[in-house]
Amino acid sequence: MPPELILFYVFGAAAVVASVFVIGQRNPMYSVLLLIASFAALSGLYVLLDAPFVAVIQIIIYAGAVMVLFLFVVMLLNAPREEAAAVRVFGSPTTRRMGALLALTLLVELVWALSRAGQREVWVSGPPDRLPSAVGSVRAIGLALFRDYAFAFEVTSVLILVAMLGAVVLAKREL
Amino acid sequence: MPLTALMAVVPMICVTLTGIACMMAEAFRNRGERMPIGGLGVIGLAGAGIAAGALWGQNTTSFGVVQADNFGLFVTIVLVVIGLLTIAFSSQVLERDDVPSGEYYALTLFGLAGMILMATATDLLLIFLALEVLSLAVYVLTAIRRDSFAGAEAGFKYFLLGGFSSAFFLYGIAFAFGVTGSTRLDRIAAVLTSRAATEHPLMLVAMGLLLIGFGFKVSAVPFHMWTPDAYEGAPAVVAGFMSTGVKAAAFAAFARVFLSTLEPMRAAWMPALSAIAIATMILGTMVGVAQTGLKRMLAYSSIAHGGYLLVALVSGNEIGKAAILFYLLVYGLTNVGAFAIVALAGTRERGNDSLTDYAGLWHRHPTLATLMTIFLLSLGGFPPTAGFVAKWYVFSAAVGSGDYLLAIIGVLTSVVSVFFYLRVVVMMYMAEGAAEVSRPIVGPVAALALAVSAILIFYLGILPAQVMTLAADSIATIF
Repeated sequence: MPPELILFYVFGAAAVVASVFVIGQRNPMYSVLLLIASFAALSGLYVLLDAPFVAVIQIIIYAGAVMVLFLFVVMLLNAPREEAAAVRVFGSPTTRRMGALLALTLLVELVWALSRAGQREVWVSGPPDRLPSAVGSVRAIGLALFRDYAFAFEVTSVLILVAMLGAVVLAKREL
Repeated sequence: MPLTALMAVVPMICVTLTGIACMMAEAFRNRGERMPIGGLGVIGLAGAGIAAGALWGQNTTSFGVVQADNFGLFVTIVLVVIGLLTIAFSSQVLERDDVPSGEYYALTLFGLAGMILMATATDLLLIFLALEVLSLAVYVLTAIRRDSFAGAEAGFKYFLLGGFSSAFFLYGIAFAFGVTGSTRLDRIAAVLTSRAATEHPLMLVAMGLLLIGFGFKVSAVPFHMWTPDAYEGAPAVVAGFMSTGVKAAAFAAFARVFLSTLEPMRAAWMPALSAIAIATMILGTMVGVAQTGLKRMLAYSSIAHGGYLLVALVSGNEIGKAAILFYLLVYGLTNVGAFAIVALAGTRERGNDSLTDYAGLWHRHPTLATLMTIFLLSLGGFPPTAGFVAKWYVFSAAVGSGDYLLAIIGVLTSVVSVFFYLRVVVMMYMAEGAAEVSRPIVGPVAALALAVSAILIFYLGILPAQVMTLAADSIATIF
């Protein structure tokens, strides 16, 4: 087995296991810390995909900035444990079993599709002319972001503005 | 880049800029100072409407990802109408309910900007961003009443489920990108020309996931769970806005992606969409019958109407595509009006949402009762209202493409739905009202907007040919 494949399985397993534990925790603090572990494993996968810049950004922004904010929120809310009542919001045992069944179905479908996809000719007439060759380099990302996806990039600013305005509206009681 | 290359996004930019202007106006407003912020929104929407009219027939493209074809522009105009009506009705109830008006109008306009973009975008990534812009705005609008616990709960539920469905949508985009190497609809369509591509397992997965994402936004069964809670908890004007605006934008993108780009995969999505359409019509109607609250009833009615729109989408013939546009316009006019009357009938302390609160409305306010009757009859599909013509087009499209089962179920559920619309009408005219329900007050702006909606409903019901021709012309540009 080539070392890259071994690393892929190690990082992949770590990401999956950590993510499963994130939703299994009663204590939100543990959830946040496990989420950091999951993000770190993901960034390992990005390195294997030859995208070092994305990997570093993943660590700095998600594991660094975003998760620190999460931690602050969890601590400020002073909610060390989920209330038993909050768990019940997600429905009766029947609905939860139903949900698990549907999730399993989706998983089976995905596994089926991915296992079949390998045997197929994906491109009809060869790969498209501008397949991002080295997605990982800063140059490639910059070009993609400000040339091919320039308008989408601008629309994101509206999205962030709406999110900011919404947060202020919901949070302020009396200004 | 020449300035003309930006033309296709002008309607969206107009609305976004006035949204920012509303936000700034609120920031510089002194405490207690009254400011006609809604007027700003009217100016922006009028600008967007005029721009859409000027762009009509030119088929301009901006950035290669926003296309102002007649289809998108028709939906843009529908959205402008919905926005103008919403602002007109909001102007009266905001102060009564102590809603922060600057933020309210800004969020409404940002939501509309997202909707307009969603209707004209031709790139999956951009459709997703537009979807998020409009969704975030609507989540917050749902919970905007500070004193309402139900509103906060509804907003939170809507946010969680909406985020969940967005993840499905994004996952679908990722798979589509993986198979075709692009998120642009024209390039995806270019790849989907061979059987190897249309029957590719990952493309099927992508299609299914996109279907879930769209299904949630148009509240199709079984992705409808959030709808009654969100509409019931939201202020009634907001419920009217999101039941029509979000549906119009989502159906526009739905039709663009499925009837144009994924058309070669019709064999794969047609059975699934037919089943969803049948389930949506039946469940929306049957559960709607059992409701005792008017907002919940209108929510289930909105689900059922989504089912009729899906029938038009499934039929996929010329008349079906034009029927989608016509139906969206009619449904927008009707449902915003119906929810507006719910809003006007309530007071700050009392939502007056229960069916019994409408008992004797005819004696308290005959005009309002008459208007409500017109809206409900149009929703039920009575001639000579516009609702009848819209349903007529949808069902004849289904018959035309040989989907007899869909047409039959559509007609049957329409007949059943008449029961719950008429129940309200009977309540208003024949029952005695409770003493504690006060007489609703209708301001001049809201009265004008209600009158215009009612006139348009009759106009489209009696002389639909002109608008229908316009709708038929506008679909010719893309399909």
